[in-house]
Amino acid sequence: MAEIKLEAIRKSYGRTEVIHGIDAEISDGEFIVIVGPSGCGKSTLLRMVAGLETITSGDIHIGDRVVNKLEPRERDIAMVFQNYALYPHMSVFDNMAYGLKIANVPKPEIASRVAEAARMLELEPYLDRKPRQLSGGQRQRVAMGRAIVRKPAVFLFDEPLSNLDAKLRVQMRLEIKALQRKLGVTALYVTHDQVEAMTLADRMIVMNAGVAEQVGAPLDVYANPATLFVAGFIGSPPMNVLSHDVRPGRGPLDAGAVIGIRPEHIDLAAPGTGLLDADVAFCEPLGAETLVHCVTAAGDKIVVRIDGEVSLPADGSRVGLAIDPARILAFNAEGKRTAD
Amino acid sequence: MSGMVEKRGVGTWLTHAGLIFGIAVICFPIWIAFVASTVTQDDLIRPPMPLLPGPHFFDNYLEALLTGGVAPVWQMLLNSLVMALGITIGKIIISLLSAYAIVYFRFRFRMLFFWLIFMTLMLPVEVRIVPTYEVVASLGLLNSYTGLILPLIASATATFLFRQLFMTIPDELTEAARVDGAGPIRFFIDILLPMSRTNIAALFVILFIYGWNQYLWPLLITTEPSMNTVIMGIKQMLPTGDQTVEWPVIMATAMLAMLPPVLVVIGMQKLFVKGLVESEK
Amino acid sequence: MEKRVVFDNRWLPYLLVAPQLLVTFVFFFWPAGQAIYQSAFIPDPFGLKTQFVGFGNFEYLFGNRYYRESFLTTAVFSVLVTISAMSFALWLAVLADRVIKGSSAYRTLLIWPYAVAPAIAGVLWLFMFNPFTGIIAWMLSQMGYVWNHNLDGGQAMALVVAASAWKQISYNFLFFLAGLQAIPKSVIEAAAIDGASFWRRFWTIVFPLLSPTTFFLLVVNIIYAFFDTFGVIHTITQGGPQQSTTILVYKVFADGFVGQDLGSSAAQSVVLLVLVGILTVVQFRFIERRVHY
Ligand SMILES: Nc1ncnc2c1ncn2[C@@H]1O[C@H](COP(=O)(O)OP(=O)(O)OP(=O)(O)O)[C@@H](O)[C@H]1O
Ligand SMILES: [Mg+2]
Repeated sequence: MAEIKLEAIRKSYGRTEVIHGIDAEISDGEFIVIVGPSGCGKSTLLRMVAGLETITSGDIHIGDRVVNKLEPRERDIAMVFQNYALYPHMSVFDNMAYGLKIANVPKPEIASRVAEAARMLELEPYLDRKPRQLSGGQRQRVAMGRAIVRKPAVFLFDEPLSNLDAKLRVQMRLEIKALQRKLGVTALYVTHDQVEAMTLADRMIVMNAGVAEQVGAPLDVYANPATLFVAGFIGSPPMNVLSHDVRPGRGPLDAGAVIGIRPEHIDLAAPGTGLLDADVAFCEPLGAETLVHCVTAAGDKIVVRIDGEVSLPADGSRVGLAIDPARILAFNAEGKRTAD
Repeated sequence: MSGMVEKRGVGTWLTHAGLIFGIAVICFPIWIAFVASTVTQDDLIRPPMPLLPGPHFFDNYLEALLTGGVAPVWQMLLNSLVMALGITIGKIIISLLSAYAIVYFRFRFRMLFFWLIFMTLMLPVEVRIVPTYEVVASLGLLNSYTGLILPLIASATATFLFRQLFMTIPDELTEAARVDGAGPIRFFIDILLPMSRTNIAALFVILFIYGWNQYLWPLLITTEPSMNTVIMGIKQMLPTGDQTVEWPVIMATAMLAMLPPVLVVIGMQKLFVKGLVESEK
Repeated sequence: MEKRVVFDNRWLPYLLVAPQLLVTFVFFFWPAGQAIYQSAFIPDPFGLKTQFVGFGNFEYLFGNRYYRESFLTTAVFSVLVTISAMSFALWLAVLADRVIKGSSAYRTLLIWPYAVAPAIAGVLWLFMFNPFTGIIAWMLSQMGYVWNHNLDGGQAMALVVAASAWKQISYNFLFFLAGLQAIPKSVIEAAAIDGASFWRRFWTIVFPLLSPTTFFLLVVNIIYAFFDTFGVIHTITQGGPQQSTTILVYKVFADGFVGQDLGSSAAQSVVLLVLVGILTVVQFRFIERRVHY
């Protein structure tokens, strides 16, 4: 069990810097999700924590040690890879036991630890199989098991679920969370899937282009995005962004500044009764909810999320959009959140 | 090409007939050799020789094995085996090691070393026999297994093959091993070697044949009969001038000399084809 | 192509490449250097000193009628070996590709000569064509054709070509068969539906699609004929009669070990070195391109 502290972490490949100074403090037992678009540097950051990538500058603390120069095995971590990285020529048992064997853990202890992990992950029937004889979900579990048996201070996950189908992904997501809770091990989890981030994280680090845009609890981040990027990235469908203010009694926005409104914070009303009017382009009924795609007179596209049981407005019809002005977020030209 | 298209009776029979003819042509020399190894010298020196095996199989093979020519064939077979295994194992080991270094480490002169090894592709023994002979002689390695084996074990081909193979092994596996605490040596032994074993086996088949069939090199450096290999030893048994030769014994020796590599090819056909195709890619 | 993940170690990589480098230096570069060095000297008549002659050995070499003839012999020999081994193998591969049942049995029966050493191939063919006792020589004599490759240079050439090609057929067969099996069935079926006859399909569709394999085998066969057939020549003809089968590789051996003419032999080694170099580059260029397809 350990806390992790990242101090001004930078990473350059040759002359190109890909991580531009990241700070974070992660407390013991916390589940932290690093989320961001492809190529933003999530894996690089995680791999620096793991010791698989050198740190260009800054310090990484795990527990009370600075681990910058330590080999992965000296850092008391375990890692689950996106493609599982199981040793194809070893049985499930040997895959899980390999790290312990190297650490010279006595045989009976290895057997009991693997047995315990296998029981937890329901892998007992498969211990003698080779990875290629397992399904994707089972492989995923073996990869988890390999991490668990080492009893590390920190779990590192790099998109561990992205090779699974949608249904299995949801199931494994829950299992990972439950397991982490049960073991109480600090976890650092990388994903580009914001739903996964929202559901798993105690706190999340939203990354973009090598910087941490915001660190916070999922619902906090959702409700109070610090930047336009975060506002757009977290939430699906993304926040509506308008380049002119629709709030009553406001002047025009500064050049480049925008306002944002979440789709669920807009209601359909009779034309003329809302903050503004728009024409319905088309509707996407999703069952529990319906997304109504509208175009305003100014040409802005706005998505409205309404209850699935409300009858759909006809395509091309004019509607009013009722918005609580307090729900509207403003961002300046740099994309930073502003007070009003 | 498709067997599905145009499968009509006559065509099929012609195809099989053609193949059987081809096989007959390919196998005829061996059949003749086999027949010759089962008859007596008298049957052979007055043509035409018989086309069916005679009753002297054991006589001829025993004579070959125990008496042979300048040295008994069993000894030559043993020498061939040592040389073939030495070349095969030696090549595989040094190629595995150097390919591992070149793929998994970054060090000064890495590319220089790589090109130096690569250039040996251009220097088959046949091209540099005289100077190589002198080097081996000056090292005092004539008539020794070391002299037979060492000059033939540097192999750019095998190094390349392993390099290609290592490049296809996912990086994550290496990282997982590092996280598990494996250093470079453990990774090599525990992960890389077991994952390469079919490729090693395939290469083993090809290299064994290569090693067994060496001719020029043993011819040059083994002057003592007790060091002769069977492939070159058979040449010593051939007639020079007008002395008579025991053809049945020579043919028995030829059959014995072919047997190990042919068995390897037929017995490990899958591996053989894999090794052949891959070592030429 | 480079690995992203590497190990960090100061001395281990050097230790790992050391055996290969050592062997390479001692048995490849040192002798090759020796060959280049010696090619610029001739020993004095007493064999005590050597005298620097620059390109003298090369001038002598190319001024030598026998050496020039050896070049021609090598060319004729390689072309004949390559063409006969490849065409016979292609024919067999086309047939084997046509059969569905039993094709693996045919394959097994056709591939094993690969394992026969060139020198053994030489002995087998020598035995069949022995002018006095050989079965085929006898058959030919029954047909009124006198066979004696010890006297007739043309016959000697035919014999070493046959023995060399025989051994190489299985190799070519395997690669042709693999090439044929890699051609998508749909392409051929489409042509069949268009009404093209078997041979028309073969020449207009299959053969062009097979051209990468053909080119590859062309280079491999030429290299084989140049360097790997020493055993065949040495067992059957020893380069004779009248040097009619003295290919370059055989001549290096004959001049160096039998004739003890080290300067000339060294110069020949250097010429061969250049030839292999060219062939290797051709092969590599070609293989590189093939990989990109
Ligand atoms: N070895 C390397 N050399 C140079 N640049 C690299 C290297 N590895 C990664 N990068 C660059 O660093 C940036 C971050 O890469 P990283 O793999 O961390 O992205 P990511 O956020 O994990 O993306 P994804 O979601 O696609 O996995 C990318 O722009 C990538 O091109
Ligand atoms: Mg990544």
